[in-house]
Amino acid sequence: MTASTTAIGRESGRSLQQQRRNAAILFLAPMLIALFCVAAWPLLRTVWFSLTDTSLNNLYGGRFIGFDNYLRVQTLSNGTVRYKGTLVDPAWWNAVWNTVRFSVVSVVCETILGLIVALVLNAEFKGRGFVRAAILIPWAIPTIVSAKMWAWMLNDQYGIINDILLHLGIISSKIAWTANTDTAMYAVLMVDIWKTTPFMALLCLAGLQMVPRDIYEAAKIDGINPVKVFFRITLPLIRPALMVAVIFRMLDALRIFDLIYVLTPNSAATKTMSVISRENLIEFDKFAYGSAQSTLLFAILAIFVSLYIWLGKVDLSGEAG
Amino acid sequence: MTANKLLKIIAFYALVAVIVIFSIFPFYYAIVTSFATGTALFETNYFPKHFEWANYRQVLGGATFPRNILTSVFVATTTVVFALFLAVTASYALARVRFRGRGLLLMTILAVSMFPQIAVLAGLFELITYLGLFNSPLALILSYTIFTLPFTVWVLTTFMRDLPVEIEEAAIVDGATPWIIITKVFLPLLWPALVTTGLLAFIGAWNEFLFALTFTSSESTRTVPVAIALLSGASQQEIPWGPIMAASVIVTVPLIILVLIFQRKIVAGLTAGGVKG
Repeated sequence: MTASTTAIGRESGRSLQQQRRNAAILFLAPMLIALFCVAAWPLLRTVWFSLTDTSLNNLYGGRFIGFDNYLRVQTLSNGTVRYKGTLVDPAWWNAVWNTVRFSVVSVVCETILGLIVALVLNAEFKGRGFVRAAILIPWAIPTIVSAKMWAWMLNDQYGIINDILLHLGIISSKIAWTANTDTAMYAVLMVDIWKTTPFMALLCLAGLQMVPRDIYEAAKIDGINPVKVFFRITLPLIRPALMVAVIFRMLDALRIFDLIYVLTPNSAATKTMSVISRENLIEFDKFAYGSAQSTLLFAILAIFVSLYIWLGKVDLSGEAG
Repeated sequence: MTANKLLKIIAFYALVAVIVIFSIFPFYYAIVTSFATGTALFETNYFPKHFEWANYRQVLGGATFPRNILTSVFVATTTVVFALFLAVTASYALARVRFRGRGLLLMTILAVSMFPQIAVLAGLFELITYLGLFNSPLALILSYTIFTLPFTVWVLTTFMRDLPVEIEEAAIVDGATPWIIITKVFLPLLWPALVTTGLLAFIGAWNEFLFALTFTSSESTRTVPVAIALLSGASQQEIPWGPIMAASVIVTVPLIILVLIFQRKIVAGLTAGGVKG
């Protein structure tokens, strides 16, 4: 090939690249505009509202008041200093604590149970397809429906859970699972773990199936204890998949709203950040205050995700691999 | 076979049985309850004993629930079609064209799909009242775009990345423009991915609660989840468990059938959205 033809080839290659890049911009534009309208713009407005005293009935009548919704220091005439705002609101910190407690416990339980289910499904046995179909059912059921189903099963008077536990002799009297402040969180956790373990199991299973079978064969021939094989070989190999699954679930758990709103309405024992924000935004006519709380929730999630990706070296985009 | 091995097999199948029972029982019990009326509802039957369609008749014969179903179908379908329409071209650009900032853009899209929806609630509320869409299905279609669009873009991008590069090169040699490549070359190959992604996005839109609760105000414009959550009896104290279970079964059975039919595809779609790396 002569020098001139390669030059032409490179030239046309470059214009082709250019053409493709132009097309890419055109192709991306509608999606980016749509996402800007429904995500970026509303988010910016929420942040803005959090810095004003806007009310629900008069969205455009708000004045800029700085960070007063977050923290306001008042010095009274007699010299005492008073703090107001979300950052000193015990109800808010209660919600933060509920959210964190719920997220950590549910995700840890789901990961462990999900791994167990995935290990079962990764084994070869008769009826594997049936089991996989069965575990998809909780995942397919709408959250509201599962909340209602479990609310009925957890009913204090006629609920089947109390009935089973009474017959097994585990409890001696009927428990008002959702109404009692001591058990409300357990009720929420129970339903959430039931509903989302399948998702975890499927993601873990996908990770497990990428592990080459001959590794197990080799370990078996060497007579290594299966438990040791799991912790020394399987777990490190599926760690990347597991890390991604955990962050997805964690983000889902930290923003939980629907299950708690329906299963344990108005219970301070389970109220999460999302629930308390919406309450203030829509129901209590503290629109700006609620905006401040939802902005805080967003900030907490953003910081958490960044730290997780950074510290865990998680590759979410798949670009590296 | 040693006794030890037999014990292991029994333990394994016991575990399998526990998994299956835990997965299926709550929905099974909802079905059993949905067929019981009156005092039969309060008997705690483990096995179906009554077969009365009264709850179903009450729910479907009511003025609003059939409308709620129609609203849900309309909202979810429109949202999905809209999202897929925008996502196909966008994911082609993200999967097939190298340009600066692509990785960052992908991460942003993923971030949006994981957005806490409460963070945009105030801003969306303003936007929707400004556009005069409050209490209309359009408000929901608009707001659902925030999670269906990034999700479909993300999953379709991972699918499109896996298409063989030779096909595209051949098309380029034949002088095909990117638009032709998408519509004539990739789209026919992408049908399975589109069905999977569409179905998953449909389920997401069908199940959504926060926006549907906030942006509708009358009984007839509610979507199914909101209708079920707010279904109330004659008095405040009396929760109509029979009709609630009947309504739950009605809206869940189609989903379960779809999920079971598309089982393999759904698992592939979920894992494409989750594990890729």
